[in-house]
Amino acid sequence: MSDITAVKAPALREIKKGRVRKHIITLLVRNELGVLARIATLIAGKGYNIEGLSVGETHEKGLSRMTIEVIGDDVVIDQVVKQLRKLIDTIKVRDLTDIPHIERELALIKVHTATPRARDEVLRLTEIFRGKIVDVSQSTYTVEITGTEDKINAFIELVKPFGIMEMARTGKVALKREMASTEEEQLWK
Amino acid sequence: MARKGADIVIETLKEEGVEYIFGHPGGAIMEVYDALYRDGSIKHILTRHEQGAGHMAEGYAKATGKVGVAMSTSGPGATNLVTAIADAYMDSVPVVFITGQVPTHLIGNDAFQEVDIVGITRPITKHNFLVKRIEDLPMILRQAFYIAKTGRPGPVLVDIPKDITQKISDVEIPSLEEVKSSLPGYKPHTEGNPQQIKKAARLIAEAKRPVLYVGGGAVQAEAQKELVELAELMKVPVTTTNMGKGAFPESHPLALHMLGMHGTYYANMAVYNCDLLIAVGARFDDRVTGKVEEFAPQASIIHIDIDPASISKNIVVDVPIVGDVKVVLRKLIEEIKKEGAKLLYPEERQKWLEQIEKWKKLHPLTYRKSDKVIKPQYVIEEIWKVTKGDAIIATGVGQHQMWAAMFYRYSFPRQFINSGGLGTMGFGLPAGIGAKIGRPEKEVFVIDGDGSFMMTMQELITAVHYRVPVKIAIINNGYLGMVRQWQELFYEKRYAEVDLSIQPDFVKLAEACGAVGFRAEKPSEVREVLEEAMKVQDKPVLLDFHVDREENVLPMVPAGKSYRDMILEDGKKGVEADTMYLVG
Repeated sequence: MSDITAVKAPALREIKKGRVRKHIITLLVRNELGVLARIATLIAGKGYNIEGLSVGETHEKGLSRMTIEVIGDDVVIDQVVKQLRKLIDTIKVRDLTDIPHIERELALIKVHTATPRARDEVLRLTEIFRGKIVDVSQSTYTVEITGTEDKINAFIELVKPFGIMEMARTGKVALKREMASTEEEQLWK
Repeated sequence: MARKGADIVIETLKEEGVEYIFGHPGGAIMEVYDALYRDGSIKHILTRHEQGAGHMAEGYAKATGKVGVAMSTSGPGATNLVTAIADAYMDSVPVVFITGQVPTHLIGNDAFQEVDIVGITRPITKHNFLVKRIEDLPMILRQAFYIAKTGRPGPVLVDIPKDITQKISDVEIPSLEEVKSSLPGYKPHTEGNPQQIKKAARLIAEAKRPVLYVGGGAVQAEAQKELVELAELMKVPVTTTNMGKGAFPESHPLALHMLGMHGTYYANMAVYNCDLLIAVGARFDDRVTGKVEEFAPQASIIHIDIDPASISKNIVVDVPIVGDVKVVLRKLIEEIKKEGAKLLYPEERQKWLEQIEKWKKLHPLTYRKSDKVIKPQYVIEEIWKVTKGDAIIATGVGQHQMWAAMFYRYSFPRQFINSGGLGTMGFGLPAGIGAKIGRPEKEVFVIDGDGSFMMTMQELITAVHYRVPVKIAIINNGYLGMVRQWQELFYEKRYAEVDLSIQPDFVKLAEACGAVGFRAEKPSEVREVLEEAMKVQDKPVLLDFHVDREENVLPMVPAGKSYRDMILEDGKKGVEADTMYLVG
């Protein structure tokens, strides 16, 4: 008999199958032609749908910040983040899902308010939620409200019975809280 | 100095040291061709199809390590490049593709020969550009070359509208420093994390049954010296992927040759049983791993790769090292030497090497010989002999590609040129022409299948036109052989649409093009025609080998199966599970 340990049975490689959940990814990108298409193509190419997306310029000239919400497998999203990082136009990419962060969304909600009771009630709810009424007509209030997804959803639920005529949401914007970084980020340093 | 956009293109290409452009002109790119003509210092190879231009540029890049350049007009010219672009992307080949585009004011108008090639190629390029201002033209072109050749190499496309090539500007060519600082988001890691390198050195010393698994990244980095040194220093056997061939000399006693779907029995056994897998510039492709759950099931894994996204993509690794393969291996060797290059378990390591020798003897790479019909493997072996193992081999895709991988022995990087990732039929002939143009001092053999050859055979005339003396060996079995093999093994011999027995007379075809043609139908003729072919040095030679029609590529691991489901060369299905485990 040889001294080489006889291996009894193969210990099957454990594959980290990720949880499927909503991820929030923030990117600092160069404001170049086609950058949005590039990022959307990459995510779509992995078979995922973008749930929310917001883009806007930053204080630095030529740089924009994007916030993307996408539902997917943790392991595959990790791949997506690495691939996004490889894009020439991306300066910084972070998956904020497990990092302390601040997120906000803005919604404009046009509510049917034909009766005095409805107008009173919607006004009251708007105040409670620290929203603003930004447009008024004979039969509608348009409410501007910012906050977390939960807060906006809660408000929508409350005004739904009056009748929502139209609505627009921006998708989230998000920033990492200071003093937070991930293990993975340090690995590539 | 004020000059046309088209002249700026040529000026920038010269600055980048471009010697050859492979291409095909047309309306939207005519200004650049005019500038090329007027300048006269870059040689242009007029291919007969843009796909040919793309693959030639790839073959040139793969054989030389320089950036290849392919050029076409807008619309159909550009879309004809797409297969080559995707191929270059999958195999990380540095190629700059230049396409003409309709004038800026017509973009988006469905103009004649307009196509959104930047949109089409977005997922298959490392990066791509549409030039909108003439002032950006030299910077974009220089960025394209810089991006194509640094980090994990890859194809970059630059789409230039016709009016941009006609406008006049005195914009200067930026310096490399300016190019680098214009790309703040692009910083390839080359050095490797010192902590991880330390950890890797320790694991290699501690391992009882290590294996080096070497891929195309090691060829790109030209890390042969480092690989040999590491393998010898620490007594580690080395298996290479299809793309990694030549990164480690296959005549070396530690060579396990190729692993994976058509890998050797001993390479797959070694990987299955190893306790440490050191992946170097390889990406755990599914043709390598088979069923991932049973790939190297007992091993810790070290992964060295320049591309962070390649790490833990298919298989979660224990020690990730992001960096240039050559640089990291050098540091790893230094680290190992610092610790005295001691093995913790030298006896086990010795036993491991002995076990591998046993496996090598048990099932060497072989085939059933015949003196009645030509065996394709025999043709490859004879090509190896007449070229003294020193030729560059370019192949198409299919059975012949695998036989060329198995039965020619490779000894230097960039020697084996094939379409690994995308599996592009028709790759061989144009890639071989590109390789020969880039390395004229080397014998270049195109080993092609009859099916693969048919897909880009018009480039034969390109080779005649430019007197490129490539040798083309067609392994002619009158079938789409690999598909037929799968149908035989997995579809109960239902040979659906794979019969290619109605083919042109390849010898006459060669002669019609002004090349030389030979045919061999009996084993005794093989050597003879090869020797005749070796005498021709001023034009292409085509050799039509009529081989055994139903020969199979073996061994084989069926797609998605484990190494234990390997079919061996004697056709025996499945490996007895017991032989998968180490026994005394």
